[in-house]
Amino acid sequence: MTGLSEPLSAPLEVGFDYTRSLGPVHRRFATELRGRRIVGVRGSDGRVHVPPVEYDPDTAAALDEFVPVGTRGTVLSWSWMPRPLEGQPLAHPFAWALVLLDGADTPMLHALDAGSPDAVRTGMRVQVRWAAELGNGIRDIACFEPVGQSPAPPLEDPEPVSMITAPVHLHYQHSASPEESRYLRGLTEGRLLGQRCPQCRKVYIPPRGACPTDGVPTEEEVELPDTGIVTTFCIVNVPFLGQRIPPPYVSAYVLLDGADIAFLHLVLGCDAADVRMGMRVRAEWKPREEWGYTLQNIDHFRPTGEPDAPFETYAQHL
Amino acid sequence: MADVAVVGFAQAPNVRATHGTTNGVEMLVPIFREVLDSTGLRTEDIGFWCSGSSDYLAGRAFSFIAAVDAIGAFPPINESHVEMDAAWALYEAWVKIRTGEVDTALVYGFGKSSAGDLRRTLALQLDPYTAAPLWPDSVSIAGLQARLGLDAGEWTEQDMAEVAARSRAAAGPGAQISGRVAAADLLAEPYLADPLRKHDCAPITDGAAVVVLASADRARELHERPAWITGLEHRIESGSIGARDLLRSPSTTAAAEAAGAADVEVAELHAPFTHQEIVLRRAIGLGEDVAINPSGGPLCGNPMFSAGLSRIGEAASRVMSGAARRVLAHATSGPALQQNLVCVMEGRS
Repeated sequence: MTGLSEPLSAPLEVGFDYTRSLGPVHRRFATELRGRRIVGVRGSDGRVHVPPVEYDPDTAAALDEFVPVGTRGTVLSWSWMPRPLEGQPLAHPFAWALVLLDGADTPMLHALDAGSPDAVRTGMRVQVRWAAELGNGIRDIACFEPVGQSPAPPLEDPEPVSMITAPVHLHYQHSASPEESRYLRGLTEGRLLGQRCPQCRKVYIPPRGACPTDGVPTEEEVELPDTGIVTTFCIVNVPFLGQRIPPPYVSAYVLLDGADIAFLHLVLGCDAADVRMGMRVRAEWKPREEWGYTLQNIDHFRPTGEPDAPFETYAQHL
Repeated sequence: MADVAVVGFAQAPNVRATHGTTNGVEMLVPIFREVLDSTGLRTEDIGFWCSGSSDYLAGRAFSFIAAVDAIGAFPPINESHVEMDAAWALYEAWVKIRTGEVDTALVYGFGKSSAGDLRRTLALQLDPYTAAPLWPDSVSIAGLQARLGLDAGEWTEQDMAEVAARSRAAAGPGAQISGRVAAADLLAEPYLADPLRKHDCAPITDGAAVVVLASADRARELHERPAWITGLEHRIESGSIGARDLLRSPSTTAAAEAAGAADVEVAELHAPFTHQEIVLRRAIGLGEDVAINPSGGPLCGNPMFSAGLSRIGEAASRVMSGAARRVLAHATSGPALQQNLVCVMEGRS
């Protein structure tokens, strides 16, 4: 049995600062924004879309007739944001608004800095508040604000904007399955725990929530040795961002003795050119004080010097 | 073209959070067993498998591949996936049977919304140039849609609260929220995102669902009263929110007309916000005599990427049990009802 202890769970951060190249329509829009001006595009039915759309929403025709519109407009609808979320335009409570700019026929979505929901109403007049730094597309508009003093004037001949940066950062609480949790807890003790499928009797390491052959949870625990063979491998010759070992080095599938599925690890301790299918290897563990819930407790595998395993002994595990 | 019917449906309990993994295996294994037992099918009898889920909910790439473990995929299976609500996976399976390629299909959807921040994650469905960089969240966008209708006199906050109260009263034991509550009491609660209160928004839900489809010949063997699919259509609207008519849902109207939505007794509508149920009823042209969301609907449990499939399963169940003759199910995806699917089913004697 897998035991009744709680599955392991940990924060998982996923993030990337996307750089997005702009086609001709978004490039024009972003370039005008850098000059503190707003343009829309005229659709097939004559409506002026702001922000501009590349293709007509009704006919799918490519659009390229740009139309200057105002930096003031009217709120068509709004909803209140009492606790702003990460990445939103304002860090204090604000309204999301659909703003119909003067000269436009479709409203744009943006933030409205109005203090409190009592200060917002449908039909109110608002104006752009420009960002301090320009050149990043829609975020050149810091937000909208109630009409008041004249906003900052346009700039002459802005540099064309052909790329924007759009950071995407998400936060998760990732949970391991009960089977994975047994395996990860075993690693903190230097144990390699697999589990056997009750139907096909295959031993999986790491164990699975369900045997991919039979669709039933793996159950019977099997402790495996830290010796095995290389089933297949590649020699990494290409340097890449985040690489921890200077190339060339060997990334290999290691099949532990008694297991039915290999896992990916490093084979070091010999010339990369000497690594071969069937080679016997043993785990080289990191110092015990560095162990955590990770297979990285094994720094790498190294050759044992024993005779190679015959191909037919692992042919079914490739 | 082959006729197609729903012959099985099961779903995991709708809960606020599971301890399970984001690949859904723990939720899927029991409901696969349930639906296979109810139809007498074995996994090797299934001609086509199709799922709906999202890597954005899981926070990792190709998360649906891990869910395939729950099937027992050996010998190799005929399998596909949509990054949409699994109602769209059902559409793909329906086409496979219609074209005669297979005669049975198992469709499943799953989502663990609780693993991340759903309101932010859904912002990534928006235009990546002019909307998503601002991170407008799903509740706020629904709020903009709701106020358009309030200002136009299309509905009132009272109307919205009554949708929530009726849904909760109908909800069964698998729902996340249920019970009798007066609309007046709901209206006394504070705003979550003015003009929306908590009861106007579907709860964040983890869950999974599975539906089995079969061709005409097989359906009669597998169920004594299959729910025959007489129409199935889906339509999409512009990715530019400002260019859309948010009060009318023209994509739902077009899908409903193409699917033949007249004369249904029951409608399961995938409206994650109270006002959207009102939009959908009008878009489809549902009369007062149609029972809306007798399951409680998504306001009582809205597992992302399976709630739309559940609507089809719930509606089909009423045909299969003999409680209804002709039913309609609706599924949505994207911000403010951007994409809509309508499925009409009926029982035959």
